Amino acid sequence: MTRRELLQLAATLPLMVFIDPYPRQALAASTRSPQHARWDRVLILIELNGGNDGLNTLVPYGDARYYHMRPRLAIARERVLQLNEQIGLHYALAPLMPLWQQQELAWVQGVGYAEPNRSHFRSIEVWETGSDSRQIMDVGWIARLFANNPPPSTLAADGIVLGRRDAGPLSGKTIRTIALEDPQQFLVQASRVSSPTRASSNPALAHILQVQRELTHAAADFAQRLEQSPSLQASFPASPIGRQLQTAAQLLAAKIPVAVIKVSIGSFDTHANQLGHHERLLRELAEAIVAFRQAVREAGHWDRVLMMTYSEFGRRAGENASAGTDHGTAAPHFFLGGAVKGGLYGAAPSLMDLPEGDLRYHIDYRSLYRTIITNWWDLPGAMSGLSDHHVIDCLA
Amino acid sequence: MKLSFEDARHLLARTGFGGSPTEIDRVATMDREVAVDYLFEGITERAVTSPPQGMKGMTDEQKKTFRQERNDEALALKGWWYQELLSTPSPLTERMTLFWHDHFTSGYKKVKWPALLYRQNLLLRRNALGSFRDLLFEIAKDSAMMLYLDTQTNRKDHPNENFARELFELFTLGEGQYTEQDIKEAARAFTGWHVAVRHGGEFVFHQHQHDSGVKRVLGRVGAFGGDDILSIILDQPGCARHITTRLWLEFISDQPDSHEVERLAVLFRANDYHMRPLLRALLVSPQSWAPESRGVLVKSPVELLVGTGRLFQWPIQETEVLVKYGRRLGQDLFDPPNVKGWPGGTRWITSTTILARWQLLQRSLRGAESGMHQPQGAGISMAHGLAWVAQDSLDRVQAVLTALPPVTPIRDVSDRWQAVQQLVMDPVYQLK
Repeated sequence: MTRRELLQLAATLPLMVFIDPYPRQALAASTRSPQHARWDRVLILIELNGGNDGLNTLVPYGDARYYHMRPRLAIARERVLQLNEQIGLHYALAPLMPLWQQQELAWVQGVGYAEPNRSHFRSIEVWETGSDSRQIMDVGWIARLFANNPPPSTLAADGIVLGRRDAGPLSGKTIRTIALEDPQQFLVQASRVSSPTRASSNPALAHILQVQRELTHAAADFAQRLEQSPSLQASFPASPIGRQLQTAAQLLAAKIPVAVIKVSIGSFDTHANQLGHHERLLRELAEAIVAFRQAVREAGHWDRVLMMTYSEFGRRAGENASAGTDHGTAAPHFFLGGAVKGGLYGAAPSLMDLPEGDLRYHIDYRSLYRTIITNWWDLPGAMSGLSDHHVIDCLA
Repeated sequence: MKLSFEDARHLLARTGFGGSPTEIDRVATMDREVAVDYLFEGITERAVTSPPQGMKGMTDEQKKTFRQERNDEALALKGWWYQELLSTPSPLTERMTLFWHDHFTSGYKKVKWPALLYRQNLLLRRNALGSFRDLLFEIAKDSAMMLYLDTQTNRKDHPNENFARELFELFTLGEGQYTEQDIKEAARAFTGWHVAVRHGGEFVFHQHQHDSGVKRVLGRVGAFGGDDILSIILDQPGCARHITTRLWLEFISDQPDSHEVERLAVLFRANDYHMRPLLRALLVSPQSWAPESRGVLVKSPVELLVGTGRLFQWPIQETEVLVKYGRRLGQDLFDPPNVKGWPGGTRWITSTTILARWQLLQRSLRGAESGMHQPQGAGISMAHGLAWVAQDSLDRVQAVLTALPPVTPIRDVSDRWQAVQQLVMDPVYQLK
């Protein structure tokens, strides 16, 4: 059976009954969610799992201290892709340089939070829930945003998680998130499942039923749209991130309505023998992004896509004895997309001011979130607790 | 008071991989304490499955073979554990070994030496229900652990904090019970601990790489070595609390009762960290049997595969096929996603994994999967040990298969195997 036949079969199966799992209208009426929120826009979150080394990503090649602190790990000056006379990219990010030149790439420097936690698990939880260092929250920041500002129920799903990592910012009880590996396989399997109608007070059972409802809802939409969409011309690298972004591009090209797609790449937890491993990850990331951009541009959707990276922390300024780096604090992250105003934002953390060997953050990570909420989705003031963090003027 | 059929089922599902009607009936003749003691009597310290290929010894010559064939060996190792899980006479032993594997994690992707992971697995099984103190001291010097968490590169001049951090955060005390400074100082105490990678992978202590200076850890001051740090940690009441909480999450519910945890943790310390009195007290506690603890935990992929395989007596020739399934469902034994182990609980279930679970269960019942040959329909009920499917009452078949009433009530079906299929495909089958 060909792919087309499979999809046709999936599309005609009667089991995929759409049942809206949440009373969206009731929710929407009770909030101030503005009518003009831009739900046609898609956010692509890229989790750099493990804690990416910021200093070897956005390299302060103009600072002699960098070479002094990293005798084995520093990227040689002549290999750095210069962005200005102080800062440049790791050479493995070369595929991104045309995007930089076209001003579609915005680097935000020195991103972190106060009282940084160096545990992978705790720090990624901080980032993904949007909490303070000592504040425990169990709902992802996007799930929280959507709880009060529900996207329309016409979306196939609020969030789609690709790759092997957790839903993170997309996890919560009211957000409609589905995990996906291969859309075609998903459709074939989902076509055998019916949407449950009952609820349960048993939290584990309630979770399974919710997942079942979400996947039948999404599958109903996917089947039809994927069948009608042209296949992608761009070729993607065979890396895991390449495959994830290929799937993301397929979904966008098929006009599957979704607010957020999360992908992940890792592990960036480079305690030992960092150079080769880190280079490979950065290259895979850059190559996958470039293929994704090409595919999405060709499909005519690039202007409605915003990509953002995040990671639990950066790494220590100095290298360790194993030719690696240990858990640190601040790091740069980037926005990328057709509507991005390219450039360097914020200040590079000083290598002269290193409390306990760690970089000082200048921009709270929640500024990135507020920027997205305010200037991407057009939901100013939609999430409480963010007013202390300023909007970064990097989106057109 | 004698256990009901449902009580006995609950105990076997929580402490093992479920049970056949015969096994459930056997336990249902006992009262709670007798039943728990019966499980403890069966505890084993050694695997019954013969060692996986290439791991009987560790000579130099074999070491070369490890390098060439280590991926095959890792697969064989994973398959070996599945074989043990399927054939063990003591499911509780394996459940505790899985528990410790998820707690004191090490992964093949980093360790890259299957024989060391095998050795670690034997260590976990041997100590699974022994003394947590012994286990902690042994695992800290376990070669796979030392490679996994970089004790190997933790030297006097450049301490590597990886092991010290996870020791505090995940293995013993939990977040918030120590400071960053405690981690830094403790890391110094473990300097000089080393795996002799060129000499069979044994633990060695290199005095010249050890920082013999004074450290301050958790309020204590001294020229501590690694073992001293472990003793200092075990003096903290937080350690017993942390382990007790984890056991609660594993065996009772995802809502630990803090008062009861405290009582059990005190008992744990009073018994010098012996696991049996703790686990016994946990399993006979009223919360363990309460209605709100029934069917509220999600089966892990391994529990789903092994439980279903044991119950339906999957005639599996190559357990490597289970390795592949486990990976697809999100649990690759000997390769946890990171040092925190598998996230577990409801996070086992995503739209991808639930579809994969259902697909796999359906195929296994149809006998369509490679590596399994399961005849379909009435013929199978004749198979040895599966007569209950056709002969027992439908209520009893349902009680064997599911912890709770199914979401979709069983329609009146003449073919008993269709009823079995409906029950296995029902969302409640995913619960234990």
